[in-house]
Amino acid sequence: MTYTLAPAAPLAEGEIALGKTLLQMMVRIRALEEGIERHFLAGEIPGFAHLSIGQEAVAAGVCAALRRDDYIASTHRGHGHTLAKGAAMKAMVAELFARSDGMCRGKGGSMHIADFSIGMLGANGVVAGGFGLVAGAALAARLRKTDQVAVCFFGDGATNRGPFHENLNLAAIWDLPALFVLENNRYASTTSTAETMKIEDVAIRADGYGMPARIVDGFDAVAVHHAALDAIGRARRGAGPTFIECKTYRVRGHYIGDPERYRTKDEVEAHKSDDPIVRLQARLAGELSQGEFEALWDAAKSEFAEALSFARASAPPETGEAFRGAYAGDRDPETPHGAFALREEASFAPFFSDAPSAGTGSVH
Amino acid sequence: MARTISFSEATLEAMREEMRRDPTVFLMGEDIAKQGGIFGQFKGLPDEFGLERVRDTPISEAALVGAGVGAALAGTRPVVDMHFADFITCSMDELVNQAAKLRYMFGEQCTVPLTLRAPDGITKSAGAQHSQSLESWFVHTPGLEVVIPASARDAKGLLKSAIRSDNPTLYFEHKSLFPRKGEVPDDDDFLIPIGKAETVRDGRDAVVITYGITVGRALEAAEQLARDERIDVRVVNLRTIWPLDYDAIADAVAATHRVAIAHEAVRVGGVGGEIAAFIAEHCFDDLDAPVVRLGAAHVPTPFAPNLQEAMYPRAPAIAAACRDLVRKSR
Ligand SMILES: Cc1ncc(C[n+]2csc(CCOP(=O)(O)OP(=O)(O)O)c2C)c(N)n1
Ligand SMILES: [Mg+2]
Repeated sequence: MTYTLAPAAPLAEGEIALGKTLLQMMVRIRALEEGIERHFLAGEIPGFAHLSIGQEAVAAGVCAALRRDDYIASTHRGHGHTLAKGAAMKAMVAELFARSDGMCRGKGGSMHIADFSIGMLGANGVVAGGFGLVAGAALAARLRKTDQVAVCFFGDGATNRGPFHENLNLAAIWDLPALFVLENNRYASTTSTAETMKIEDVAIRADGYGMPARIVDGFDAVAVHHAALDAIGRARRGAGPTFIECKTYRVRGHYIGDPERYRTKDEVEAHKSDDPIVRLQARLAGELSQGEFEALWDAAKSEFAEALSFARASAPPETGEAFRGAYAGDRDPETPHGAFALREEASFAPFFSDAPSAGTGSVH
Repeated sequence: MARTISFSEATLEAMREEMRRDPTVFLMGEDIAKQGGIFGQFKGLPDEFGLERVRDTPISEAALVGAGVGAALAGTRPVVDMHFADFITCSMDELVNQAAKLRYMFGEQCTVPLTLRAPDGITKSAGAQHSQSLESWFVHTPGLEVVIPASARDAKGLLKSAIRSDNPTLYFEHKSLFPRKGEVPDDDDFLIPIGKAETVRDGRDAVVITYGITVGRALEAAEQLARDERIDVRVVNLRTIWPLDYDAIADAVAATHRVAIAHEAVRVGGVGGEIAAFIAEHCFDDLDAPVVRLGAAHVPTPFAPNLQEAMYPRAPAIAAACRDLVRKSR
């Protein structure tokens, strides 16, 4: 297989509207993540957070080719995918702030953000956790005789785990309506991908499973979108899964606060010109005035500001929530799960930090 | 002579000393050589031992543990770092069906001197997939040893013993313990024997049998009870949870007659159940009150800090359990 990257020419006339839509989505993702970064550093967001700044073209390009009822599964770096699939920014920010109005009731956080109402099957704290979910969702769509498609986003590092190989093979032999979207950002945590695989193009791995593969310029949202449209069309027609490798780069640390000792500042600087927002703005050239571009940013920033106020105004989850939600039925004290949840809550309640007096009380 | 160093430094010393002592000891894991480990626990090792013996690996946990088992069968002593204990799940066959079973199944033709290091436990809203304490699964799997340090001293002595052990040994190290400082003996041959508990605080009114990070929480509870309520609580640090030090458990029951068992792992199906059952079977006549178990609630660990802090036993819950034991049986 040989692959060539298309040069970033000005967009054709018929693509201007698409280009603006993709640009707007990327600006929204960027505004969201720059906001997350600020408030994480200010200590308002607990846990870990991983940013996709510089990689937005993949989320925007792919998700614009999907329907609301299609499925996606994401990674630990999932803010962009979630927003692009159609999630509400305020429920996302509330989740990152660990509040009761968060989309996972404050139980997931950045690394486990999910919105099942739009087919977003979750970010994942386990690298390669999404492959099985996507193969299974695609299988279910087939069994239910719908034309839904399931898309797995994953990193280069994830392709060294077994579930990548097992699920690609499964999807291929069953012609599942799936799409595997690799964001090859050249690093897995602190390790350069060049050190963990002997190949330059991960896409050749798809060959081994008889799955068609393409490589696209991952900084070019329009190119990603076209590749995704083809692949999703193929999947919807029942012609089977496709693999798309998006060549991209992680310009921020692996996580917020990463000291980044594993690469030079020069290397990162060299990729600044690859910024997908800058690139698409350039491709839109005369079709998008500076004023329009700034208006996109203003709208995105005020959307984040609103989301932030919403999150801050939302209360932390009630402490009793800790003991519920693992099982269907556990909110009903008449079920065995619900009865046990009540017992667990009662045994810990005397020690809740808001308990009247953390004194006596037995633990079972 | 002893020095005060961090838990992380203590593990580093153990690694360094064992790698110097035995050229067949080597280390592999994700992001360990160049980055020095998430908790700084591998810093400087590649400088002394080279990248051949301190290996960065792909994200391939099944291969890591599987190859660790193979290397252990073939004359080396691998130390495999799991990054987070939660990812042991990605290498369960290699651990449970291979490492644990080969020696027995193959009629003792081999040993599997593999050490698996697994940072575990609840900390800082890491969330459900990065907060687990899975040790009881491995106690339930014949063929594996399981050690769990509570202090810098334990960290060093147990890691050295794990590496020297001819059995596959899981070494669970709580993420919150890495920065904690403690006294560690100077002796290069300081070992903590596998299978031996330690009484870390004397007391006659009740005993807390515990391990890992919960030892500190139990000591905090014991200090509070001694200071404010004149209740005198013994604390036993198991250090190894397989093989369990049943003799030490029986002795502690005989000395105090009231027993609380505490761990951060989920209480249901946890190691505390095995200990409580042993006490019920063998020490019943020594008891003045029913045995109490404390452990995390039977739910995944939630992300929200207020929820996270509400669902596992901290010092006040341990103190309350001891207080109740004493009150009910006076
Ligand atoms: C099974 C598993 N192993 C290790 C980790 C720790 N970890 C989290 S992210 C990461 C790197 C992932 O790299 P890649 O798949 O390329 O995604 P990227 O971070 O570059 O987006 C690692 C090793 C994990 N979460 N899950
Ligand atoms: Mg990567």
